[in-house]
This record gives sequence, C-alpha cells and structure tokens, in this order.
Amino acid sequence: MDQTEAKLIAQAIAEGLKERYPEEVKEIREFRGQVSVLLRKDRVKEIMEYLHDTSELCFSYLRDLCGVDYLGRKTPRFEVVYQLYSVSHRHMLRIRAEVPEEDPVIDSVVSIWDGANWHERECYDMFGIEFRGHPDLRRILMPEDWEGHPLRRDYPLKSDLGEKEWKGFTETLELSEKNKAYGLD
Amino acid sequence: MDRGKAELQTRELTINMGPQHPATHGVLRLVLDLDGETVVKCTPYIGYLHRGVEKLAENRTYLTALPLTDRFDYIAAMANNQGYCLAVERLFGIEAPERAQYIRTMVAEMSRISSHILWLGTHALDIGAMTVFLYAFREREWILDLFEMLCGARLTTSYARAGGVRNDVSQEFLDSLYKFTDEFPKRVEEYETLIDQNRIWLKRTKGIGVIEADEAVNWGLSGPTLRGSGVAYDVRKYAPYDAYGNVEFDVPVGKTGDVYDRYRCRMEEFRQSNRIIRQCIEKLPRGPIMAPDAPKLTLPPKDNVLKSMESMIHHFILITKGPIAAPEGEIYSAIEAPKGELGFYFVSDGTGRPYRMRVRAPSFVHASVIPRLCEGSLVADVIANIGTVDIVLGECDR
Repeated sequence: MDQTEAKLIAQAIAEGLKERYPEEVKEIREFRGQVSVLLRKDRVKEIMEYLHDTSELCFSYLRDLCGVDYLGRKTPRFEVVYQLYSVSHRHMLRIRAEVPEEDPVIDSVVSIWDGANWHERECYDMFGIEFRGHPDLRRILMPEDWEGHPLRRDYPLKSDLGEKEWKGFTETLELSEKNKAYGLD
Repeated sequence: MDRGKAELQTRELTINMGPQHPATHGVLRLVLDLDGETVVKCTPYIGYLHRGVEKLAENRTYLTALPLTDRFDYIAAMANNQGYCLAVERLFGIEAPERAQYIRTMVAEMSRISSHILWLGTHALDIGAMTVFLYAFREREWILDLFEMLCGARLTTSYARAGGVRNDVSQEFLDSLYKFTDEFPKRVEEYETLIDQNRIWLKRTKGIGVIEADEAVNWGLSGPTLRGSGVAYDVRKYAPYDAYGNVEFDVPVGKTGDVYDRYRCRMEEFRQSNRIIRQCIEKLPRGPIMAPDAPKLTLPPKDNVLKSMESMIHHFILITKGPIAAPEGEIYSAIEAPKGELGFYFVSDGTGRPYRMRVRAPSFVHASVIPRLCEGSLVADVIANIGTVDIVLGECDR
C-alpha cells in the first residue's frame, strides 16, 4: 500500500468517526500522509471500543500509547496519543485525546488492549495522568517514592536539589551507618 | 501416611529474582509468588536502567540526539540509528540516496544477526546448553569486527545519519562481509545440530509459554515474538523502508506460539538476514551517500569543512545554532528492529529540537507480557520465558 492510498483510507476512517461522533471529534489533521484525530476525552473508551470491534476497521493492534505536555502552548495542557494499527487491513490512525491539567484523568483502555497496561503506567509515571479503571496503576520506571513527573515540561532537566542528595539515597546512607553499629556492613 | 498429609501445612512462598541475576538479561527484577513449584503471580519491576532518554532528547537537537539511540538496544545499535534517522528524514521530508539506503539495510541486517546470536547464546545457556553460547559468540565477534572496520565502533556505532550514512563502505569491508555471508549459513547449521533435535532442549521449549495469535496481537507483541504465534506482521514487508522493497526475503512464522516456535523463527531469520545482506552487496548502487538537502541537518565531511566556504558555514551554524527548524507537525515512524517494532513518535513545534520524542521500545512491551507467560507455569520455565521474549533492558527502561 503506497502512502497516498494509506492517507486516503485513514482520512475516510477519520471522517467516518467524525460523522458518528460529531460532538467528540474536535479536529482532523494530516501531516506527511499520517492522519490524526483530536478527541475530547470523555467518551474515548467508547470510541476505542468502536474502532477495535468494528470488523471493517479492526484496529486490533495498539502500536503505542504516550503522553504529550503542551505547557503554555495550548489548553487543555496534556494529550494522550494512541497509535492504532490494523494488522489484517494494514491501515493506521492516530488518536489524540485532550486531558486538562486541573483534572488529569482519562479512561483506561486496558480492557480493550492488554498491551496498554504498561504504556498507561508509564504515562502516569511520566506525566501524572491518571487512567480510570486501570488494574494496577503504579509508577513503572521511576522509584515508587519519586516526587514529580519527569516528562512534564516544567520538570527541570537538571536536579534542583543542588548539593542536597535525593531522599532515597540519604536514607540508604543512614541505614548503612546504622547497620555498621551492629557490625553488618 | 495419610495422617502426615493432613498435618502438613503448605503456604505460598514469595521469592525475589534479580535485578542482578544472570538469567534476567540485564537488570530485570521479578517477584514470584510460588505455590510449590508453580508460579501463582509474577510481578516485574523495571526502571533500573532508566536514563530519561526521552527527556534528554527534548533538550538536544535532531543531530545530537542520535547517539542516545545507540543506548536503547545496545546489541543492535545500527538498527536503532536507522530507525531514528528514518523518523527524522520523514519529519523533514527528505530521502536518503539509494546507496545509503542499501548500506543502512545491510548494516541493520548485520545487527539483526548479531542480536539474534546473542539471544541464542544466552537463551540456550539459561536453559542448560552451554556449547551454543561459545559457538555463537565466535560469529558475533566477527560481526563486531566488521562494524569496527566500517565505523570505528563495535557497539555504540552512531553510523547512520538523517539523510544518509556517515561514511562510505570500502571494498575491503564488502569483501569481508561477503566472505562472512558465505560462511554464516554453515555456522547456523552448526547451532542447529547442537540443539534442534536435543531432547532436553525440546522438553524445555515445546509447549512452554504458549500465546495464541489473537492474544499476541492484543498484547502488542512484535518481531519474532509475535511471528512465533503465526502472525506474519513484519514492518519490512507491511511498510517497506530503505532498500527492503528491492530485496527478496521471506518472513518465517511459527504455528503454536511456544518457546520452540519463536526459536525456530529466529533461526530462520538468520538465513533471511544473510540473504538480504548478500543481495545488498550484489545490488549496491554507485552514487552519493548523503542526500543533497541533508547538509542543513548533518555535519558536512571534515575535508570539505577545511576546503569549502559553504561547508564551513554549515558546520558553524549546526554547532552553534543547531539544525534548521523542522516543519511543524507530528510523525510516527517504525522499523523492524531485531527485537520487534521500534517506533519513534516526534512532535515538532517548528524549532531545531524535538518538542517530544517518544520511543516505542519492543522490549518494553515484551517485558510486560512476561507475567502472562509465567503465571501458572513452573518456576523453571520462568527462565525460558524471559529468554524467549528477547528483551534488553537498556531499551525497556530507556
């Protein structure tokens, strides 16, 4: 399938989605042959179920799920981006759902794609977006007592602790000092 | 005896495996709840190798973020470089010249062989076949030497560039590589003689870690881990990039989706990769190795910087200001890396730095399926299951 054909198919799917959910679809954008649909977040799970279950669409494969932070560039601040693919029909579509800063909660899609589980956990870890209905929403890459969400734009690249050490590290040091007293190096 | 049984109390045992464990292939930690020898619950903990590559890339230019990609799947850096460069090229709307495309395809297939060799050696070692490991590392060394000959580095290659490759291949390199492709299929047969019909190997791999096709797709598995379940999804065939559209190769698929079928898929991929490399050498066209509009993206050759005014200006601007602004937009670009689908999602805000770089790492997805494979199986099979999904934690944690 060449690029123009793929674009036309994706555009047709996006238009169909807009017709079906006129209230939800905010924008359809195309760049370099890839089509992305911007959604309100409220009925995102229902729309995903439709995309997954309808046999002529059959988006059975969730390639990727990630967050994007548009701090100071637009409101709502966050977007959760789903890269959908159909292995049987070979078409792809990108869904972007807007998530506001005040209420960073969106429905989980783990019940549709098992593979979304860890992606959503990572998104929660990195952006602080909560996924409602996720079976096991914990931090995944950062330590569980980590403060802040590293991929937010207002999170500093370099630590603002200065000379201070990270809490977890100081605790470890203290513990090892304490253990020395018992002869347990 | 009956009385003894009634009085015998059993309880579940929670054990910790890793993060420093030779069979976890890096720093993966599993907490296993065991009922006798059966795994009731398996909880992976990752992140020990998290370096914040996505955050780092946001603060770098498209040019200087490239070396970060070497450190994802450090066994197959060439493929990561290729994936990154393709994504940047697609974002900027440029295309590498044909010669560069063939070279990139060739080195990516070399890295596939090297990655699969490492997988085979360690997987077999985990299950108890020591000899294969020693045989496999002999060929891996050969490939790494070839990489060294090509670009000076064995692991962190940073060889591909957005718009082409860093330097051209020498005739000497091509000759050595061709000799390798002559020899390699025989070596694959050697590996197979060692384990293919081995009764212990068969007992430990057949019917273990079974995942059906639909479920594998639903989990988002990719690469040989998915194809072992009989789904022929391969980005090289579904959306050909670089020279994959011009070479002939087959995509091996399994049937049952167990550890053995995934093993067979990778063994067959050795041969297919070898075939692709041979075709690339034979068909390698003459011509430039860098796209004409790439100088705005990539440092010009050092010789030209010293001789030509224009190159010097480009060099100066690139170092001081970073590459020209990327067009505003977003792009998802995927390649078939040795472990599976490696995707890059760029959001560009129209500056010289990526606003957001997301890496869809196959190992991350594959690590998430380990509990599904392990729960309900024997504790000894945990090792086989970790090996069969072929993860590397550098890529998993990024």
